Amino acid sequence: MNQAGFPLLSLITWLPLVGGAAILSMRGDEEVIATNARWAALWTSLIVFALSLLLWSEFDRGEAGFQFVENVPWLPEFGVGYRMGVDGISVLFVLLSTLLTPICILASWEAVRRNVREYMLVFLVLETMMVGTFCALDFVVFYMFFEGVLIPMYLIIGIWGGPRRVYSAFKFFLYTLAGSVLMLLALLAMWHSAGTADITVLLRTQFPTNMQYWLFLAFLASFAVKVPMWPVHTWLPDAHVEAPTAGSVILAGVLLKMGAYGFLRFSVPMLPQASAYFAPLIFALSVVAVIYTSLVALAQTDMKKLIAYSSVAHMGVVTIGIFTFNTQGIDGALFQMLSHGIVSGALFLCVGVIYDRMHTREIARYGGLAERMPAYATTFMLFTLASVGLPGTAGFVGEILVLLGSFRVNFWLALLGSSGMILGAAYMLYLYRRVIFGRLTRADLQSILDLSPREIAVFAPLVLLTLWMGVYPSSFTHFFENSVSAMVVQHRAAIEGGSRLAEQAPPRLISGMITPVAQSHAAQSMVR
Amino acid sequence: MNWFLALPEIVLAVSGMGILLLGVIKREGATQLCSMLTIAAFVLCAVLVVGNSLGSAFEGQFLADPISVFAKLLIFAAAAFSVLMSLDFNERAHIARFEFPVLVLFASLGMTMMVSAGNMMSLYLGLELQSLSIYVLAAFARDDLRSAEAGLKYFVLGALASGLLLYGISLVYGFSGSMDFGGIARSLTDPAGVSPGVIVGIVFIITGLAFKVAAVPFHMWTPDVYEGAPTPVTAFFGTAPKVAAVVLFARVMMGPFGHVLAQWQMLIEIISIASMILGALAAIGQTNIKRLMAYSSIGHMGYVLIGIACGNAAGFRSVLIYLVVYVFMNLGAFAVILAMRRRGEAVESIADLAGLGRTDPALALAMTVFMFSMAGIPPLSGFFGKLYVFLAAVQSGLWGLAIIGVLTSVIGAFYYLRIIKVMYFDDAAPAFDRRAPSLSLAAAAMGLFTTFFFVLPAPVMNAAQAAAKVLFG
Repeated sequence: MNQAGFPLLSLITWLPLVGGAAILSMRGDEEVIATNARWAALWTSLIVFALSLLLWSEFDRGEAGFQFVENVPWLPEFGVGYRMGVDGISVLFVLLSTLLTPICILASWEAVRRNVREYMLVFLVLETMMVGTFCALDFVVFYMFFEGVLIPMYLIIGIWGGPRRVYSAFKFFLYTLAGSVLMLLALLAMWHSAGTADITVLLRTQFPTNMQYWLFLAFLASFAVKVPMWPVHTWLPDAHVEAPTAGSVILAGVLLKMGAYGFLRFSVPMLPQASAYFAPLIFALSVVAVIYTSLVALAQTDMKKLIAYSSVAHMGVVTIGIFTFNTQGIDGALFQMLSHGIVSGALFLCVGVIYDRMHTREIARYGGLAERMPAYATTFMLFTLASVGLPGTAGFVGEILVLLGSFRVNFWLALLGSSGMILGAAYMLYLYRRVIFGRLTRADLQSILDLSPREIAVFAPLVLLTLWMGVYPSSFTHFFENSVSAMVVQHRAAIEGGSRLAEQAPPRLISGMITPVAQSHAAQSMVR
Repeated sequence: MNWFLALPEIVLAVSGMGILLLGVIKREGATQLCSMLTIAAFVLCAVLVVGNSLGSAFEGQFLADPISVFAKLLIFAAAAFSVLMSLDFNERAHIARFEFPVLVLFASLGMTMMVSAGNMMSLYLGLELQSLSIYVLAAFARDDLRSAEAGLKYFVLGALASGLLLYGISLVYGFSGSMDFGGIARSLTDPAGVSPGVIVGIVFIITGLAFKVAAVPFHMWTPDVYEGAPTPVTAFFGTAPKVAAVVLFARVMMGPFGHVLAQWQMLIEIISIASMILGALAAIGQTNIKRLMAYSSIGHMGYVLIGIACGNAAGFRSVLIYLVVYVFMNLGAFAVILAMRRRGEAVESIADLAGLGRTDPALALAMTVFMFSMAGIPPLSGFFGKLYVFLAAVQSGLWGLAIIGVLTSVIGAFYYLRIIKVMYFDDAAPAFDRRAPSLSLAAAAMGLFTTFFFVLPAPVMNAAQAAAKVLFG
């Protein structure tokens, strides 16, 4: 079994659906259903979060491999099983998902008035899909969760979104789907070649180098859209602007991480040669993302769009970190992902607070909010500075680690990548100045109210975490250090062992893609 | 001669005649009773099929093997649900005549013969029995111009296709010297020595069968017939005959012609690619939901043909899995379409679904499940159909098919999403009439199957695996 003594991960994954079923079965008039649905969803997500805290306390931080493993035969003839488990890389994302869901539900308490029951239902479904994505240890199961996320998110953007919601929802769905189906093909090729879809086995399988290149490109198509990397990032600003506040929080907080998680879980460890081969491409795209989207962010007039572009830039730092293939870089990328999940989520919530009051996200419509909303101004400032990467906040640790890691690869990479920090400071502080400082001149802002107790409850855990991660980062890095260093060691070994293989012919076209299992076994034994 | 193997078919035929007699004698108000009896006959025959022993009868003309058992159960399920779903619609459209269930029954009898055929002769007999019943069904609303047109169109084109098929059969017979599937296979064991006459015959047979499964470029009848025929008939068209034709198609290609895979593989690939592309692109502009379903079914047949093009056990298995998934989600979608009725009038424009998410959340939820499933989004059942088809393609090295397949499925997702968009994102149109309990039952059953298929897919997979073993032992 596992150290929890019961199938903890399955419970965390599927419990939201039980809450969803309860919400679905509610009867009565609309007002009553809405109230009950809100409470049911909140309690469900809080219970799930409490359960996931068990992961925090029971997780063995010294162990690099998978823990809490569950294995139920599902399609045994095909080598597919319902396998769940977390290692240091994934465990904190499970916690991030279960933390952000109750916060989102609380944040939509009053903002969502239409179809409350359906809203809460899809949010709980979304939580199942997110947690499942990070827990799955079988590639087919992973793909089911990874793709399944599209359904609730499409509905959230499309039903509860802004004026251009239909366009954004379609764009989000089709962009992501187009990338994912190519990953599906790669999945099938690996599944066929290794004879199993078990991720723990695939992690140890050495795929032929020629095949790796193609697999890597297919994965790239999927994960690059999800991260999103320049130039396939254009769905993100649209989706963010139109999504309701809570949708943006989940999108920025968790969904973007799925792409980077995919790189870490599949591309880097399973396809080491191809990852090394394509790393310069990733670096180039990431550097462009960092600089270009930062400049674009500088020019935005819509607050949500600005933060959306800043997300692309921050995720560019993450992808740089992942492909440095050293512990500092990958540790930094993971930390940056977590801190970005918290901080950008919080920033979207900050926008949501004033949007709920004024129903506009135009930066020019605001100004001088510090006069009327001191608590809000303080909160917003903390997250702004965390986003900029001020030492002592969560944003600093990740960026500095990635910077260190990338220095070891290339000076120019580090220099260009870190320019994002400077540009980030520019656009975030510029945003902050225009919204919060200055004189409060507009008549309708005179009566704006400061944070309500509910909103304080929403922000309190995020503020706490941002400071905690900044001041005492090792309580988080302890989780993934061992897994990351094991991965780095394995990657090195694969590259060195594979250098003889790499002298083979350069990537050939389709004919060379599928190689019999026997050959990959041979390659495997060569590595050993 | 072991006629006992054909017991389900004999029972079905006898009960068909009995129900026909009953309908004639009772005249008034016999429709309900006849429909119920027909459903009972399907259930009985399904039990017989499961309980009956396996083997071959009538000198190899009739095969009772895991393939036919698999297909027959699916056909009976589809036919029974079609009859169930037709009850309310036919009543309101004033076409509630007892011949309807009887025709469905005889069409199903023909289909069971098709999937059990072990000989070109029994193949053709089954096919014709099925087709003739279906021609009549298409024109069942005889006072409706569109329905009559659909029936005539289907008949003329169907007869042409049957003729081509028959011509192909005669060529194959002439050059291979056998009508029996096993005999043909034996005479073609040496692919190098195959005479061109057989190849031409195979091409004609493919043409005829491609017409029956509505694959491009023999699909022209599909949208018109789907649109013109009464909706319950369309629901039936889209499911049971497709199962029979596809299983027959797969069996014929991989059985008797299995050795000459290299000769016909490219042909099936082209048909498959064309179907997938047309199904994805042509559906985008449709405003009538029945026409949309027609193009969608063309697209789905394209995916099924990927499995046939593989020409191996994995391909055959994926075909059967796809059919199960396809039949149930299609029946469900048609249950929803049948429930589209305002002030007594059936409506079939996509715009009529506007705001269904608010006026009838349960129905909209069901339709959402079917649409996402048809788009192939996990964890719904449609994903598994596509997964195994693409797996088979990858295993067989048919990368072109796999890549085009996944890309068209993205394009196809667009129009399925559009229906969901209309239901949830658009302003509400007036609510539909109260739907009949039979439709709710069908939609709920299919919705549950489609949603929870992923929990326990193993029985279907194992049955398909066992069926594939018949041809690739």
